[in-house]
Amino acid sequence: MKTRDIFLFCEMYAWVYVKLIKEGSSVKKRTEHNMKILAIDTSNRPLSVALLEDQSLLAENTTTVSKNHSVALMPAISEIFEQSHLKPTEIDRVVVAKGPGSYTGLRIGVTTAKALAYSLDKELVGVSSLAVLAAAVHVDHETLLVPVFDARRDNVFAGGYVWDNDQLINALPDQHISFKDLCAQLVGKKVCFIGADLVKFKDELLELMAGQDYSFAPADSAIPRAFNLGLLGASEKPQSVSDFVPKYLRLTQAESQWLEKNPQGKEKHGPYVKKY
Amino acid sequence: MNEEKDTIILAFESSCDETSVALVKNGSEVLAQSTATQIKSHQRFGGVVPEVASRHHIEQIIGCLDDVFQETGLAYDDLSAIAVTYGPGLVGALLVGVSAAKAVAFAHGLPLVPVNHMAGHIYAARYSAPIEFPTLALLVSGGHTELVYMPKENEYQIIGETRDDACGEAFDKIGRVLGLNYPAGKEIDELAHQGKDTFNFPRAMEKEDNFDFSFSGLKSAFINTVHHADQIGEKLSQADLAASFQQSVVDVLSEKTLRALQKYPVKQLILAGGVAANSELRARLKEECSKLSGLALIEAPLKYCGDNAAMIGAAGYVAYKHGVRGDMSLNAEPGLEFSWLSE
Ligand SMILES: [Zn+2]
Repeated sequence: MKTRDIFLFCEMYAWVYVKLIKEGSSVKKRTEHNMKILAIDTSNRPLSVALLEDQSLLAENTTTVSKNHSVALMPAISEIFEQSHLKPTEIDRVVVAKGPGSYTGLRIGVTTAKALAYSLDKELVGVSSLAVLAAAVHVDHETLLVPVFDARRDNVFAGGYVWDNDQLINALPDQHISFKDLCAQLVGKKVCFIGADLVKFKDELLELMAGQDYSFAPADSAIPRAFNLGLLGASEKPQSVSDFVPKYLRLTQAESQWLEKNPQGKEKHGPYVKKY
Repeated sequence: MNEEKDTIILAFESSCDETSVALVKNGSEVLAQSTATQIKSHQRFGGVVPEVASRHHIEQIIGCLDDVFQETGLAYDDLSAIAVTYGPGLVGALLVGVSAAKAVAFAHGLPLVPVNHMAGHIYAARYSAPIEFPTLALLVSGGHTELVYMPKENEYQIIGETRDDACGEAFDKIGRVLGLNYPAGKEIDELAHQGKDTFNFPRAMEKEDNFDFSFSGLKSAFINTVHHADQIGEKLSQADLAASFQQSVVDVLSEKTLRALQKYPVKQLILAGGVAANSELRARLKEECSKLSGLALIEAPLKYCGDNAAMIGAAGYVAYKHGVRGDMSLNAEPGLEFSWLSE
């Protein structure tokens, strides 16, 4: 597909999706106030931010060209507010992709989301960055959607999701795991893999999944869309803004080495951070 | 009616291992400050681990922000600007403060003022006395050792800096050799008071005609002395070792500073940065400055010598008055430096 075609396809797809969601939710009683959501995903290389009102999209800015989320994120947020003629104070909740993903990318998104939610006195919800990818792929109820991010050294971040009555259910927890062990967990299931990083595991995948029932989601579903993130976060319970941290799914190397040498270390050590 | 509104600045600092937020009035009064220090965490590793530091910052920053608003009862309407350290420092750590500051500035339509961490250290002295120009600052910390000349307000020019280790870094490294906990500055200072300068370690570049420093030669000489003694089974006095090391550092710092004062006559000498808490350095510079007429020594208050947001609020106030602004694309600059004085 040419880039333009992909854009056209995405737009059409988003429209159908909105329609589906709206029809699906029309049975539920309508809330009086239309919930406005700011959604932020900087967990990997793409950057996506969106404003939603009552589960429909007002504006979205999704790019894959940002070299630095720290530079690009706030201008992108500022832009979608302008396009939507909304003031930051008018939103009700901030939904952020909480990880797994790039540590630095996650911290830029999560810190921004926390600071916005705290200083505007709004709700904060974190949603798995892997679930955001799964939410873009609509398949039958038997298929396990498996979004995958490369975590280097033959490891991946991956989880398993299924659709159940228009609800995305987490069937296999998000985890940091070797690609081999991931495939072992998928034996006997009908699997649909999602993610651009899978190319790096191509040979291994062909070998480990030989004879299994698996497919790949279309290439454009590898890019997280903050619209989907916002939809996923719309019904979640709000979390504590000050305590919220990214789900790195992995200790730092320094900490895991230290814990190896100090098995009871964490309890004995006492608080790592002191306030004065 | 000619009532001037107070300028209240909300300041963020997260360049290394302290998460700090402060509310500062007119650049000279700390209304509230909340700081979370990670020293205990990094002691596990014998030094600051950048990824661990970044993770702690994101855990702590909103709690610190909430503390200063709870303590003062102020609202965003009362603020004039948001100031934030954008460098130098650890990139991942800096990004937490920068991201939070930008988000708050955006949410409330407040001006954003990017602050150089080193300017912050200098302006910690503002909490001791008003600063008069021209002034000279000796900045000594775990990450930096430099002499900064300020011809006027909000102008910073480096006239000399370390060519290798920062002064505080040397303290930590020899502290490790002595089996002390990180950070070692305070313990070495205490040990030194019980000993004498018996080893006569080198005073690097002391006689050279520039204002640069070097501490790696001193560090090597120290380590060699200890290792040699270990090999021949000799037990050296820890107190004398500490005293000798500290004396060498203080000699070099004060010698170079005095030479700089001759070339750049100023009204004030500002002593700032984490190592400015060293008692020997304070005493020596006080003594030297008292011999020079028309020169006042201004020391940052002890509680604002380490990294803190109050100092960023003080420097941020000056930058704010001078129209310094950052936009929403402000990024962390881990290698940020003042420019050199051009002659
Ligand atoms: Zn510092």
